Amino acid sequence: MSSETLTRLADPPGTGQVRAARRGPSGHRGFPYLLVLPAVALLVLFVIAPGIYALILSFQTRHVSGGLLGTTSETVFAGVDNYRNALGDGTLWSSLLHMLLMAAITIPFTIGFALLFALCLDALRARLTRFARLSIFLPYAVPGVIATLLWGFLYLPATSPIGGNHINFFGQVAVFFSVGNVVLWGAVGFNMVVMFTALRALPRDIYDAAKIDGCTEWQIAVHVKIPLLRPAILMCSLFTVLAALQLYNEPNTLRPLANAISTTWVPLMKIYTDAFVNSDINLAAATSVLYAVAVLIISVIASRLVARRASGWSR
Amino acid sequence: MTTIALAPQRKRTGWLPTGILVLGAVYCLFPVLWILIASTKSRGELFATSTYVPDLGLGIVRNIGDLSSYSGGIFWQWMLNSVIYALIGGVLASAVSACCGYALAKYRFRGAGALFNVILAGVLLPPIVLAIPQYLLLSKVGLADSYAAVILPQLFNPYGIYLARIYANASVPDELLEAGRLDGAGEGTLFLSVGLRLMGPGLVTIFLLQFIAIWNNFLLPFVMLSSDSKFPLTVGLYSLLQHGADEASLYSLVIVGTLLAVLPVIVLFLSLQKYWKVDLVSGAVK
Repeated sequence: MSSETLTRLADPPGTGQVRAARRGPSGHRGFPYLLVLPAVALLVLFVIAPGIYALILSFQTRHVSGGLLGTTSETVFAGVDNYRNALGDGTLWSSLLHMLLMAAITIPFTIGFALLFALCLDALRARLTRFARLSIFLPYAVPGVIATLLWGFLYLPATSPIGGNHINFFGQVAVFFSVGNVVLWGAVGFNMVVMFTALRALPRDIYDAAKIDGCTEWQIAVHVKIPLLRPAILMCSLFTVLAALQLYNEPNTLRPLANAISTTWVPLMKIYTDAFVNSDINLAAATSVLYAVAVLIISVIASRLVARRASGWSR
Repeated sequence: MTTIALAPQRKRTGWLPTGILVLGAVYCLFPVLWILIASTKSRGELFATSTYVPDLGLGIVRNIGDLSSYSGGIFWQWMLNSVIYALIGGVLASAVSACCGYALAKYRFRGAGALFNVILAGVLLPPIVLAIPQYLLLSKVGLADSYAAVILPQLFNPYGIYLARIYANASVPDELLEAGRLDGAGEGTLFLSVGLRLMGPGLVTIFLLQFIAIWNNFLLPFVMLSSDSKFPLTVGLYSLLQHGADEASLYSLVIVGTLLAVLPVIVLFLSLQKYWKVDLVSGAVK
């Protein structure tokens, strides 16, 4: 950056500005396209092409015909057969049920604890806040698979330091909370920091006004801070909903230890099992397409809600 | 001002918020501390001795030795692979994001709005939905089970592009670019010497996010790779645990491996703290 350019900046708006506006970026039409080219190429190769390919696969099936000269397989158009099979498969519906139950556990706990910790960090007389903030944010940097291994050994009866030989952490019901706990452990810190940052950005004099009116710090937190935090809370909820829909790593990693987790426990595990264990790529493709459409619809609705609530708040 | 009035109160400790925070910190640190203790124990001790008492002898050295000799030192290969994937993927993805975000923020060109919307929609697709067809397409061109198969699909990062666009808008003033143009600087020079430099701190944040995302990724390498010499840590330790379900003696290896996998990320995380500004992460730049 030359000092010359800086001096130009300080120039009063005159002929130079007019000339610049006329020349403008439009004089360099090619350059922005050059800049977006790598991203567009990657988008086409690794998002759009695979997406279209999945769509094609979902309408095909492999026809295996056994003859005297061995079996041959050919790909034929299957219409909506794969979709009919996918929707008629009971394991898909039970995997969706598991996912919804997990979401019902992880979303309120993650948001609730993140909010509680953020408010405590912001509390006037709290101590050790730096230590607590770092410690609680730390699991964000631990991969989901590694986090599940950590907790898996804490749950495992043979090694458990938290009473795994008395409590069965892998029971049919308990396993939901065991998986939920790993998800909470990994997610609470990030959401806490987002909410804490939003709290810090609020004007401090609001609290002084409330204090003069005789509010206790507890009352300020409940009646002043939480309502003002609504946009941040909604944004975190959106992140958490998206994460809940894509749950895969934690139950999949816990499966070797927990019999209660089947290979098709959540939708993404079912898609993986169909594709690579049962080698039914076409069924997996149909299920993927259905799932992607459902996720897109839910996400659009959720983000609309968030946008509306958040803008409603600012008015 | 009010700070003076509030100052005496600050000296008293609020036990309730402090207590809650300490409990939260203990909850988050406990698994890491336990794995540290468990790593010091031999196979026999792991299942027999009191769980909170570490073996203060050379247990951890022995365990690391066992892990290092397991299958010809494959654990360190996994560690190296994770570093390769995260470093190369992180740098390239940040570069792609920076170029695209800068173009979207600083130029008006046909299709820019549509492109941005398509990019944002990419965030919403569950990764497995793409991973299976990506695997099939990459195996058609003979790239499945290669380093490229793990790196290439992760270079397009909608979130990174979104953040880069925000940082470019916030930190690169149009006037500065105009002034540069008047000085006769080309668009490429302006991007490299003005744009990238001013976007610098934001780009470090994008790199860190991308690094962690690739380091943590399990599904994509799990789908793409079949030879264990190319596994990253996540897939490697998962496969070790799967063997361990039949052979409990492998548990102590998985435990030490887990500890060694967590440590570098914690170190990186603590040493680069100043770049973890969440207002940058959440894109709230004023």
